[in-house]
Amino acid sequence: MNHFFAMGGYGFYVWSAYSMTFLVFFINLILSITENKKIKKRLKQHE
Amino acid sequence: MLHWLNKKFLSPKSFYESSGKLLPWITIFFISFFIYGLIGGLWIAPADYQQGDGFRIIYVHVPSALTAMAIYLFMAACAFLTLVWRIKIASICMSCSATIGAWFTFLALVTGSIWGKPMWGTWWIWDARLTSVLILFFLYLGFISLQSVIAHPVQRERASALIAIVGVINLPIIHYSVIWWNTLHQGPTITQFAAPAMASSMLYPLLAMIAAFLLFFAMILLLRVRNQILLRGIKDFA
Repeated sequence: MNHFFAMGGYGFYVWSAYSMTFLVFFINLILSITENKKIKKRLKQHE
Repeated sequence: MLHWLNKKFLSPKSFYESSGKLLPWITIFFISFFIYGLIGGLWIAPADYQQGDGFRIIYVHVPSALTAMAIYLFMAACAFLTLVWRIKIASICMSCSATIGAWFTFLALVTGSIWGKPMWGTWWIWDARLTSVLILFFLYLGFISLQSVIAHPVQRERASALIAIVGVINLPIIHYSVIWWNTLHQGPTITQFAAPAMASSMLYPLLAMIAAFLLFFAMILLLRVRNQILLRGIKDFA
């Protein structure tokens, strides 16, 4: 298992690249979901 | 014909309905491709003979760069539909895809930089490939700021659509930059005509990741476009 995380000495680079990917995906998902919640809230106020 | 098509499939209302049915499927396919790509890329694929395990960054770098370019092409196609036929949904898709495209370009630049440090010994170099992708990032940012600067809706739509179409010229420059100029960046991994220069255990996870990234774009795009349709509903109502 330790061998896997070490990535042959490239661990820092490999895992930071993958973390950035997860972060960007997460941000995009959260932004669109919170936008949806805001709009639905406004929609309710108009009813 | 076009009028009928517009009313039947491209009207915001019918788009909202059909995209709602499509979204769960896109999500399921995205998750399966992404998980397969992660396991295949990080675990199953053998280490590269030159770059060791460091090459595994390819599974996030190439898909993000490719998706960033695909999004731009999509945005420009929407811009064309906006300018020529004034299709409302195309205009909404155009402005929504710009933000997502900027994020993917950012990701391509960051993962590339992280890959460049151990392999080239530098985070950044003013090489043709890197510079042209940075220009792509600025094109997205320019588009986004143009959209927020012009107050008049029709003028905003037309000006930004025009910028999007003109910027397409950058896409072939990015693609051929590694061939036209002597760059530090390596050549294309997957080529259309030659057999891929990669073992299948390395290639399949890469293709799966590319599919996953494109599906993720589709997912976020639909979520954002649906939000805009709802928002416009409020504006018409108020």
